[in-house]
Amino acid sequence: MSAYPLSRRRWLTARRPRPGRLVALSVLIGVAIVALFPMYWLFANALTPITDTPPLTPILLPAFQFDNFQRLFGGTRYYLNWMLNSLVVALGTTAWHILFDALAGYAFAKRSFPGRDLLFAVLLSTLMVPIHVTLIPLYLISRSLGLMDSLLGVILPGTANVFGIFLMRQYIKTLPTEMEEAARIDGCSEPRVFWSIILPLCKPAMAALAIFTFVRYWNDFLWPLIILNRPQNYTLTVGVANLQAEFMTDWGVIFSGATMAALPMIIFFLAFQKYFIEGVRMGALKG
Amino acid sequence: MTNLRRFLRRHGWSYAFILPSLLTFVIFTLAPVIWALLISFQKYSLTRGGQWVSPFYQNFVVAFTQLNGVFVQAIGNTLIYTLVTVTAHITIGLVLASLIQPLSNWLRTFFRAAYYLPAVTSALIIGMTWAYIFNAQWGFANYLLRLAGLAPVRWLSDPDIALASVTLSAVLTVPATAVVLFSAAMGSIPREYYEAAELDGANPIQQWRHITVPLIKSTTLYLVVIYTIASFEVFERVYVMVPSGVANSTQTIVTQIYNNGFKDLNFGVASAQALVLFVMIAAVAAVQFRLLRSDVEY
Repeated sequence: MSAYPLSRRRWLTARRPRPGRLVALSVLIGVAIVALFPMYWLFANALTPITDTPPLTPILLPAFQFDNFQRLFGGTRYYLNWMLNSLVVALGTTAWHILFDALAGYAFAKRSFPGRDLLFAVLLSTLMVPIHVTLIPLYLISRSLGLMDSLLGVILPGTANVFGIFLMRQYIKTLPTEMEEAARIDGCSEPRVFWSIILPLCKPAMAALAIFTFVRYWNDFLWPLIILNRPQNYTLTVGVANLQAEFMTDWGVIFSGATMAALPMIIFFLAFQKYFIEGVRMGALKG
Repeated sequence: MTNLRRFLRRHGWSYAFILPSLLTFVIFTLAPVIWALLISFQKYSLTRGGQWVSPFYQNFVVAFTQLNGVFVQAIGNTLIYTLVTVTAHITIGLVLASLIQPLSNWLRTFFRAAYYLPAVTSALIIGMTWAYIFNAQWGFANYLLRLAGLAPVRWLSDPDIALASVTLSAVLTVPATAVVLFSAAMGSIPREYYEAAELDGANPIQQWRHITVPLIKSTTLYLVVIYTIASFEVFERVYVMVPSGVANSTQTIVTQIYNNGFKDLNFGVASAQALVLFVMIAAVAAVQFRLLRSDVEY
């Protein structure tokens, strides 16, 4: 990339070194160390063989040995199940939102039909209602639909999140209408107009929405905690929270379990960093 | 019949496009919202269903008076946690974004990534890492105290300290959204404002105070609202750092809802408490809408 040498040159020549800049940099680095330390310490402990309580002198440099992970995957029967369950939940919810939020967002943004504004207002008005308000009815509804203790029961309430519809509508509203009109005149069916004209233009918003949804439901805790009962059905967050109760005395297993829950999202973030930051700007991500 | 056919030909696809979303929305959001409202005035049992309580506000009376008014204490704890956390998040986010702003592009990207990294892991795991830091026996916080020759502290088991420890852990978690949004807002302020101020002899601190801070007001407001709502809903961090609640000293609104609803199966009372949470959130949002009307333009 050509931007790199350019900005580097500017950094070396155009800016005179000032003491203020040094202070600023040291503050920023100091905060970064404090911010990253808890996660780093978790990883360092996970990568150092610990079978009992951790040592009183903290482990600051990992030994890069994987004994704890061996016991985690060997001794806890279900850890792989949990990872798989979390993957199914996160992917399932994301797939739903990518497809149907764009579809609904398109209808609300570009098509006019009786009741549109009223329906959208109703959708929007629930955006502010916290999940904690609906938790109990959600539990009762899931019970009567036979969704208890199933991954489908974790996924379905997540598909009812209207944020994605709102995001896609805002985005699709900014797209030009001429191409749709032209396609219609050429005899394209309505689903075809959506699939071939609208969908390809939605990619940036869909990427942000996909990342937001995946991270959110991979990390989700309260609802899976409530609806899942048997250990083999737990998602990763629920399972890891239970490790603490189950392996009271073997901290190595707990550390490696927490590490394996955090690591996929960190790798995901490092790989798609640009989209994450873009997603925050679009209002899709919190933190 | 022909009317219906014509109607469907014109609007059928529109309704078909929103149907899947609408279906799950009605079952898993709209119906639960309405039902939650009803249950907060009912005594609900899994075997007999709901029965209206009398007087109709009975669940709210129980919610606020049961167990010596622990819910009042939980609201208090939540408000203290919110006040400290939101103030810290906004201040730290503003300072970090301001310090990042003049840096070169790649340094800015680097710091934003470093600050954002912990935010992609779940609140539960973040809470766990802080529980380790604050472990009374082998935690890093007490190690630092030992190094300084001070007595160890029971960070998470002393009822006088536990809430402060949980709050401290939140304060020390960098507000990633604030850094990114402040940084974006600062980037969109026209350069000419600063050039004019410089001609008038304003130093960087004065420029920051009189140009930057006023012009990012709407971002500040938005962040205050989302952080306030998120702090009102604090659960995972408390659940995992202080599982026992330490003599109720770390009960929050949502831990109360969880305990009443899913430990004691007291659905009516838990719903009443959830309604209180909702009213608090709605009040914050209403204040935001009012303030947004007097928004700045530039």
